[in-house]
Amino acid sequence: MATYLDFEEPIKELVEQIEQAKQIEEKSKVDVSKTTKALEKKLKEVQTEIYSKLTPWQRVQVSRHPERPYTLSYIKAITNGNFLELHGDRTVKDDKAMVGGFGEIDGKTYMFIGQQKGINTKMRQYRNFGMANPEGYRKALRLMHLAEKFGKPIVTLIDTPGAFPGLEAEERGQGEAIARNLIEMMQLTVPVICIVIGEGASGGALGIGIGDKVLMLENSWYSVISPENCSTILWRTWDFKEKAAEALKLTADDMLKNKLIDGIIKEPIGGAHANPEEMFQTVRKEIVTHIKKLEAVDSEKRIEERINKFCDMGVVVEPKVKAPRKSVAAKAK
Amino acid sequence: METEEQMSWFKRIKEGILTPTKEKKELPEGLWYSCPKCKHVVPNNDHIENQKVCEECGYHERASSEEYFKIIFNDGKYLELDADMTSGDPLKFTDTKKYTDRLKATQKKTKLKDAVRTAVGEIGDNQLVVAAMDFAFIGGSMGSVVGEKIARAIDYSIANNIPFLMISKSGGARMMEAAFSLMQMAKTSAKLSQLSKAKIPYISLLTDPTTGGITASFAMLGDINISEPGALIGFAGPRVVKETIGKDLPKDFQTAEFVLEHGFLDFIVNRKELKQKLIQVLNLFKK
Repeated sequence: MATYLDFEEPIKELVEQIEQAKQIEEKSKVDVSKTTKALEKKLKEVQTEIYSKLTPWQRVQVSRHPERPYTLSYIKAITNGNFLELHGDRTVKDDKAMVGGFGEIDGKTYMFIGQQKGINTKMRQYRNFGMANPEGYRKALRLMHLAEKFGKPIVTLIDTPGAFPGLEAEERGQGEAIARNLIEMMQLTVPVICIVIGEGASGGALGIGIGDKVLMLENSWYSVISPENCSTILWRTWDFKEKAAEALKLTADDMLKNKLIDGIIKEPIGGAHANPEEMFQTVRKEIVTHIKKLEAVDSEKRIEERINKFCDMGVVVEPKVKAPRKSVAAKAK
Repeated sequence: METEEQMSWFKRIKEGILTPTKEKKELPEGLWYSCPKCKHVVPNNDHIENQKVCEECGYHERASSEEYFKIIFNDGKYLELDADMTSGDPLKFTDTKKYTDRLKATQKKTKLKDAVRTAVGEIGDNQLVVAAMDFAFIGGSMGSVVGEKIARAIDYSIANNIPFLMISKSGGARMMEAAFSLMQMAKTSAKLSQLSKAKIPYISLLTDPTTGGITASFAMLGDINISEPGALIGFAGPRVVKETIGKDLPKDFQTAEFVLEHGFLDFIVNRKELKQKLIQVLNLFKK
């Protein structure tokens, strides 16, 4: 049984009509292919129409769509099954919310890393809803260093509602684990691509989000906080989540406009969940193209460009005349 | 001990209030400091002289960037860097108030430009670049200015080969700058990776409170991480953790002592010994 979001109601109706028509055809043997064709055409139009003008909050909903493909589905499809999952941070345990391993595309080895959400209630708990603990970030870093050692490019797939805010996460240094990844990823000698495929919430997302190219799928979001939590903090209630989603400028379009990401990956008509296979192939192409370009650049230069890109982010106001900063010796104030 | 005067409550000798209004003496506000932990009361001047540390129980009251500069730098002398940098409003953010109005009001109230100040000066025989956060400015939250000033302070360290001290004191990200705020974590970490490559010492002092994106970026990345007694240090705030686990938190949860015990700090230092300790550390790196 497919799941439809509230604004997808017209899509649901059309899908049901198509199914009905097909059933009638089967039972009565009357040719209704003309009707179904017309309905299918209508469906495409309606999907395009609805998805062309989603509000920021609706995009957040799409990013969390229960049928939206998750990290492992991408990796398996992209590598055509040539994926060897690797486990453990070598310190505490294996975090099920963070997955990774070597995979092959066109006979070339890549390191894939990403947060993994569960596909049903049981798996959601097993995957801790895609919220990694410190050992998840340390596992990710271990795999990145492994890739670096053997000169393999890194692809991270970001999809998390945040780093896990639990007691043991605090004991084991959630903050330190993320911070360590940020500083280490800045200096990785191999090319790194980061793709937000669903939710990109805050430090939990950024913890595997430092790359030469940071891309977002059309219907994903990326910000410092989820719209619900932003609403709770600023308005003291969840009711302003739509407003918060708008204010945060968290969509791929806005993020690109603000130069906080490097590009957007188009989704199939009706979103990634409407045609996962097409989505996987698009992502695969993007990875191959970008890595090829990045590998042509000298690694020192790549690191410098990566650092400069992040250092250019931010908007500050300064007086026109800059105070001279020659004197190293402290002056009396 | 009861005196005649106290007893006069019950046996009123004179009628009514006899002091004319114009002779009434106002008690200046903030004349006394009462320790929130042990309730010990001292004259405010003495408390400030004592670097805002309770003389009775050692409770460390939050201090400002100015106070840290005065404590750390020789004779309290320093050169401030990028003193006039202020926040833009890239997202035209409005919640219950316009972000620009919030900034203006906070600047007026705190006499600060934003939540961090950076300076260079001498400490003992050493030079030191210091970035110190001000909690009074929107909870010490990190927006573009905080990230940019820290980044430039690190640049200054690298250009002049001077060790860097970061004094963190912040609730985390500045929501009104959303993803711009998030990316300051990346920016500061990028600069620290260059500082590290240049093999210039970085000391991170985590003071009360250091949480969220601050902990998850520069605060935890010191060559040496230190803190003050009792400081709150964590990634998620205690309320959020409590809601997540649905249980009461251990008594010392997320205190500096707890974080030290779990291996994320090198030592805890009393503010009154901070300068001496910093000099010791700097000398050890130098010699």
